[in-house]
Amino acid sequence: MKLTLRVWRQKNADADGAMSTYEVDGISPDMSFLEMLDTLNEELILHGEDPVAFDHDCREGICGACSLVINGDAHGPERTTTCQLHMRSFEDGDTIDIEPWRASAFPVIKDLVVDRSAFDRIIQAGGYITAPTGAAPEAHATPVPKPDADFAFEHAECIGCGACVAACPNGAAMLFTSAKINHLNVLPQGAPERETRVLDMVAQMDEEGFGGCTLTGECATACPKGIPLMSITGMNKEWLRATRKVSKR
Amino acid sequence: MTYTDYATGEPVVDTKAPKGPINERWDKRRFEAKLVNPANRRKHTVIVVGTGLAGGSAGATLAEQGYHVVQFCYQDSPRRAHSIAAQGGINAAKNYRNDGDSIHRLFYDTVKGGDFRARESNVHRLAQISVEIIDQCVAQGVPFAREYGGLLDTRSFGGVQVSRTFYARGQTGQQLLLGAYQALSRQIAAGNIEMHPRTEMLDLIVVDGRARGIVARDLVTGRIDTYFADAVVLASGGYGNVFYLSTNAMNSNATAIWRAHRRGAYFANPCFTQIHPTCIPRTGEHQSKLTLMSESLRNDGRIWVPKAKGDDRPPNEIPEDERDYYLERIYPSFGNLVPRDIASRAAKNVCDEGRGVGPGGQGVYLDFADAIERMGRGAVEAKYGNLFDMYQRITDEDPYRVPMRIYPAVHYTMGGLWVDYDLQTTIPGLFAIGEANFSDHGANRLGASALMQGLADGYFVLPATINDYLARNPHEEPVDAGHPVVREVLAETEDRLNLLLSVDGDRTPDSFHREVGELMWEFCGMARTDSGLRKALERIPQIREEFWRRVKVPGTGEEFNQSLEKANRVVDYLELAELMCLDALHRGESCGGHFREESQTPDGEAERKDEEFAYAAAWEFNGTGEAPTLHKEDLVFEYVHPTQRSYA
Repeated sequence: MKLTLRVWRQKNADADGAMSTYEVDGISPDMSFLEMLDTLNEELILHGEDPVAFDHDCREGICGACSLVINGDAHGPERTTTCQLHMRSFEDGDTIDIEPWRASAFPVIKDLVVDRSAFDRIIQAGGYITAPTGAAPEAHATPVPKPDADFAFEHAECIGCGACVAACPNGAAMLFTSAKINHLNVLPQGAPERETRVLDMVAQMDEEGFGGCTLTGECATACPKGIPLMSITGMNKEWLRATRKVSKR
Repeated sequence: MTYTDYATGEPVVDTKAPKGPINERWDKRRFEAKLVNPANRRKHTVIVVGTGLAGGSAGATLAEQGYHVVQFCYQDSPRRAHSIAAQGGINAAKNYRNDGDSIHRLFYDTVKGGDFRARESNVHRLAQISVEIIDQCVAQGVPFAREYGGLLDTRSFGGVQVSRTFYARGQTGQQLLLGAYQALSRQIAAGNIEMHPRTEMLDLIVVDGRARGIVARDLVTGRIDTYFADAVVLASGGYGNVFYLSTNAMNSNATAIWRAHRRGAYFANPCFTQIHPTCIPRTGEHQSKLTLMSESLRNDGRIWVPKAKGDDRPPNEIPEDERDYYLERIYPSFGNLVPRDIASRAAKNVCDEGRGVGPGGQGVYLDFADAIERMGRGAVEAKYGNLFDMYQRITDEDPYRVPMRIYPAVHYTMGGLWVDYDLQTTIPGLFAIGEANFSDHGANRLGASALMQGLADGYFVLPATINDYLARNPHEEPVDAGHPVVREVLAETEDRLNLLLSVDGDRTPDSFHREVGELMWEFCGMARTDSGLRKALERIPQIREEFWRRVKVPGTGEEFNQSLEKANRVVDYLELAELMCLDALHRGESCGGHFREESQTPDGEAERKDEEFAYAAAWEFNGTGEAPTLHKEDLVFEYVHPTQRSYA
């Protein structure tokens, strides 16, 4: 396959960026999208040019590092991570636009690499269960109904890639934040911190400069792990419940 | 003197493992360990490199205990460490199934599975701790699979006949890692951990014979800095990426452990690498990494190849009596559930016979037709849905209709930095945990045991043993950036990176990585020979020489520069590869993942030579290209008596 790539190039956080055009040839439909970019980068290096910087690591769709907007879609045309997207999803002769995640809470570091540390700070605000090592009771002491365990798992699958933010017209992080709240709040182990968790995480989310939610649903459509849109409803419910409960105290 | 003329030095005599009945040793060690007064702990700084299961759990636990932790990861977030990709599960001797499991059985299975090349004391401790890990993870909210009654589900895994593997669909590593990451996040928020993401360790600082800090590079700004501590913990993972193609993450690397080795930490059993039997075969030259399909698939899938050589009919057109379910045929009692090393070698053998399937004949079928008929498609989907989806996405084939094609790939390294019972390396104050050390798996790791070991080391073992070191070794003299040793280490690191940038040759760092990786796969992969290893040992220094003459690294060191990161990792692979080949050459026996063609039984099974090789080989660094010195730690088996492993 022969392709034309239009890639966002930006030297560093302070520099202005622009789209640059590259031609790549000899691309196999079996290549992953990132292997196609590897091919481009090998050529750029040999020509003494700066290769395109992009985040990637496991290339198995689970670490959440890769993060490209491809032809305007977070992670591209298929519902998967960029690393699991294969070139068979494109046609010979295509022109492909490649951009970084666009959100004011995710500043660009270089080219296609953005800073997603805001997500870490949201988790630090309350996305955990306080259970110091050694203090745990026997695992079977508290049975968890299977539907609850499955519900928790479904939300715990979030890989923290940020596609939900990139896809959202408001740059909101509601889906990411709600996934963790739903995961932990449904479990009996998570109950003691149920209210503080949702209040603190939502407050941190707002502080990081993510936008508000207008329920367009783009986040859930882009999510490679299929975190459901109802997750946000669940978080709102938890937040209202917590606000009322805390104000009564 | 050539590299193969190594000298044998003093044996390693003291492993610090207590004497006495094996089930009392860990209690004894913990009781004998000195403690640090809780009020004094915040005065001690501990550096932890890596945030996977071992590093994440260690950092969180040390911080909970009151130590000041400074932690590093090269990823943009500690949540992305490669433990996240572990699929299958985590072993624990809970015996919830009442199927005859016990701590002793897990201990026995692990020593046997490791082909009698692991230290009994360590393995027994691991089995003891396994039950606490599950409790800890459940308390953190890890959403393990559960039965309808609300209790935890388990399944069986390769190499064992009990059902002791706890799992969270095919994403157990992800869920356990997020548990550790969340515990870590709580401590970061509390100000007990100073977290440095996108920061890579480039060297170790050893002052007066003790580990006192590290040199690390901020991958965003390129700034190289020094960090100081009372003890350093390496949790930087394994070195499988020396093979270029492996199931490791693209950026997983050996630099932290290799630099520690260069500074005096012995490297043990480097040739013990695990080739995982169920990975997706490669499709072409462009391949950048290999993807694993969880071993749990072997619980219900049946592995076969055509009986006839060169049979290129589509699998569904090959009648039952023309298929060879070779694992079931050769190993009737374990069948498709034999340990990984055995399953991998069997796949290689049938492919070498010309009966492999798919492009290049480098694959075997993993067939779910029987399972779908027996359990129904829905049940198969519930158990393996995400794995089937992943397979389909990568290969464009539907495994519900056509059998999967699989082939072995490098997956895990049992070797690593030599550590004593306290997980301390030969450099006082330097500890190695998780895959970075060599401690528990001998010559072959059983499925679902990596997660167990990483978390055992991080949550329970290290926090107990590091106390003892810190209590006995108060550092009166602070070390700072002005110390002559520190200035020297920093200058060496800067010089190395500057040299990489200045060569300005005509080959990319990746091209060298690929070259040495292919060499290693050919000569130090699934089957090794004296002549092949000698060839590799001759070739590696040539590649290294060429690397320093022809490598091209664009850009500067004072910026985000992924080519420079890569080139610097390749420098270390080019030295480590040589040690792996030497270790494989010197170990003239077959055991576990190390198969020497010269040492096999008449029916082609690995033949151990216990009189000669019942030891862990700990290598001491003597200089690049210089022969290292071998130190042997004799392995004594008091409880599990070595026999030839039989899975027939």
